[in-house]
Amino acid sequence: MFEVLGQGLLANLAPSMLLLVLIGTLSGMALGAMPGLSATMGVALLVPFTFAMDPTSGLVLLGAFYMGAIYGGSFTAILVNAPGTPSSIATALDGYPLTRKGRSEFAIVGATIGSFVGGIIGVIALIFLAPPLASFSLRFGPQEYFWVAMFGLTIIASLASGSLLKGLIGGLLGLLLATIGIAPVGGDVRFTFGDPMLQGGVPLVPALIGLFTIPEVIRLIALRTRDAQMVDETREKDRLGGMIRLILSRPVNLIRSSIIGTIVGILPGAGGSVANLVAYNEAKRASKHPETFGKGEIDGVVASESANNGTVGGGFIPTLTLGVPGTPPDAIILGVLLLHGLRPGAELFETSGPLVYTFIIALAVSAVMMVPVGLIAGRGLQRGVMALPVRYLAPGITVLTIIGAYAIRSSVVDVFIMLALGVAAYLLQRVGIGGAAIVLGLVLGTIAETGLVQGILTSSGDAVPWTSFFTRPISIVLILMCVLSAAWPFIQKRRDAKTKGTPAEAVPTSGHSDRAESD
Amino acid sequence: MKSRRMFASIVGTIAVALAATGCGSGGGGADSAADFPQKRIDYVLPFDAGGESDITARLQQEKLAEILGQSVNVSYKPGGGGALGWSELTRTAADGYTVMGSNLPHIILQPMLRDDAGYETEDLQQVYIFQSTPNALLVPADSDIETLDDFIAAAEENPGAMSIGGSGDFSANHIGTLMLGDMAGIDITYTPFSGTGTAVPALLGGHVDALMSYSPQITQLGDQVRAIAVATEERMPGLPDVPTFAEQGHDLVDGAYRGISVPKGTPDDIVQKLADAFKTVNEDPELVKAFEEQAFVLENYGPEEAAELTKERTAVYEDLLTRLELVP
Repeated sequence: MFEVLGQGLLANLAPSMLLLVLIGTLSGMALGAMPGLSATMGVALLVPFTFAMDPTSGLVLLGAFYMGAIYGGSFTAILVNAPGTPSSIATALDGYPLTRKGRSEFAIVGATIGSFVGGIIGVIALIFLAPPLASFSLRFGPQEYFWVAMFGLTIIASLASGSLLKGLIGGLLGLLLATIGIAPVGGDVRFTFGDPMLQGGVPLVPALIGLFTIPEVIRLIALRTRDAQMVDETREKDRLGGMIRLILSRPVNLIRSSIIGTIVGILPGAGGSVANLVAYNEAKRASKHPETFGKGEIDGVVASESANNGTVGGGFIPTLTLGVPGTPPDAIILGVLLLHGLRPGAELFETSGPLVYTFIIALAVSAVMMVPVGLIAGRGLQRGVMALPVRYLAPGITVLTIIGAYAIRSSVVDVFIMLALGVAAYLLQRVGIGGAAIVLGLVLGTIAETGLVQGILTSSGDAVPWTSFFTRPISIVLILMCVLSAAWPFIQKRRDAKTKGTPAEAVPTSGHSDRAESD
Repeated sequence: MKSRRMFASIVGTIAVALAATGCGSGGGGADSAADFPQKRIDYVLPFDAGGESDITARLQQEKLAEILGQSVNVSYKPGGGGALGWSELTRTAADGYTVMGSNLPHIILQPMLRDDAGYETEDLQQVYIFQSTPNALLVPADSDIETLDDFIAAAEENPGAMSIGGSGDFSANHIGTLMLGDMAGIDITYTPFSGTGTAVPALLGGHVDALMSYSPQITQLGDQVRAIAVATEERMPGLPDVPTFAEQGHDLVDGAYRGISVPKGTPDDIVQKLADAFKTVNEDPELVKAFEEQAFVLENYGPEEAAELTKERTAVYEDLLTRLELVP
């Protein structure tokens, strides 16, 4: 194995290969930065171009593009609160507040370092742990996906920095939105109000853009100017090295988030949109100062970005070893492999070792390239956006959001959905209900429903089918994690009370621990 | 400058006149097939990027452009298992410049079973069916079930307990499972997954007992699974070791068919021209090879043959679903 690994490394050092990786990474970043143009779509658009290349070059280009696109999503999340892909939802939660504090450059640097570390750790797992991790992922059945979604919902407690009650209201709104359209299992048509276009449900990306970006645009226009501090401070501008050192000084967060990303990436059907939120939550939970999250905490940006780039390597584990795509872009790359007559499985690593390892190493090279390229391009973009007066910035972002909402399915209906949710989110924000909890409900609602119904169907041989949700070993572990996660605010409150001698900020909630059990 | 413009307009007039006379003999209108296409053609897929339809379209794209002399642009309009795209197609100009991927049995079953799918099967003018993927019944490689008889015996032992995974509701996989249950007189539970991509790990992880999937999965998954039957009339050329359902006593022949459609009312000669283009693409040796390697079956149904097939399958499905009391 080490021999082919070395061959793969050497192949990547050829100038033509380095150029290909650079082109892939750079164009991926540019596409990922556009809200609405997802990594999946970009990779699909690139496929026909690779037909003219030999299989190795084609796959290398696609892999580098994918890696770059996931990273590129962070730019607009940080600068204008528009997550470029669903993988960067949590990046916006602290990245944009950092921008408002005049520290957007710091956020960009954090995202870059995070993406680099996440990308590399994902690739390391792909090289050394692929077979055992792949067979572990197969033990996740419908019941386990249900509990993963439940665990995800407990994150609402940490997203709702003010009131848990308002967070829960937001989460429920999201869950309700997730019920619109064709039922994922059973195929019933629900809540379309006679409009066939709603059969497809509330599409995630337009919802994301509406819920996050539109309220910011309205706010910018209402204020007619940026917040005073939004003009960038020069505090760290001259000291890039200082910023990088500061971020690297907290390696635990970087590594933990990357591992979370890798593991979630391995599970087919979860992917980057879940990974970044889970990693963000864990970063907040582990932090010594969780109260700074949501208000511009660099650790939040780092956690989210290292997790989503971790999913790249993680997602390829089941793709290459089992032929089961871990994430949607993996499905496309799997298709390309098959077109070239390369069948995934353990044999692939033996029969086509040089190709596979060249591809895997190219992912790592791409992650390395993101650092200089991202620091130059990302900071350039940041300076450009910062220099733009509001009278250009607000309409500019609006155009970008409309294009983004339209692009995903070339649908005008999606633009209206985006605008309607945006205005609703602005009003909800005024009463303290944030968009993040709504998005969480929307993302996880479908996963939870699918797992619940499938779990009951597949265990229909049991005397009482729903008991299978409580008897499977991994399910039990996940249930314990849910309970712990839901109870965490209380544990923390008690700890704070002990250390400070005063009761912590009121976190109401009886409804909270009930929820984990009743769901 | 002026004279050049005048020259151009004269040439244009002559061209139109020629086209009109040319078509007069063909029986069409002035704006029809002779000079179709004059601009880019949009090839829309009502599914997400990355699926089998997408890969097929990407293979066809370049060759179509060569044949038609215009660029071909692939885009996506996913949602509702394809219904979103198809309902939009019925509201698109019937000029042949928008063609959409259309699959059987989807376009039969959605209008049949949903209150309002947003379109009717007849609203879509099928142009060509170029590919099919037969149903195949798979079990994990380490399963005790070796043959279809073993499978049926296991299902009879525990009525309703045998769970069969597949891609989607009222898809070819679902219908195939219902047909098998009906033919063999067994009670099996179908669990739909959101595509083949999520159904496969459920089988490999042992969360379902078997999978009704499509033939390409047999080669793709290799020795991780055992294919106990494939729903074709004869064994597939690429899979000589996999027996058919019919050989094992149950005459199950069904699967998913991929093709393209345009809105109803598109002039016949434009439909024919598009059909001819897809036919030519299907003869390309490179594409034939790529299809074969993935255990796709090449199909060549022109507009009329496609309509006939649709009619025949509709009758079969309607009969089955009515007997199972699944039609609303």
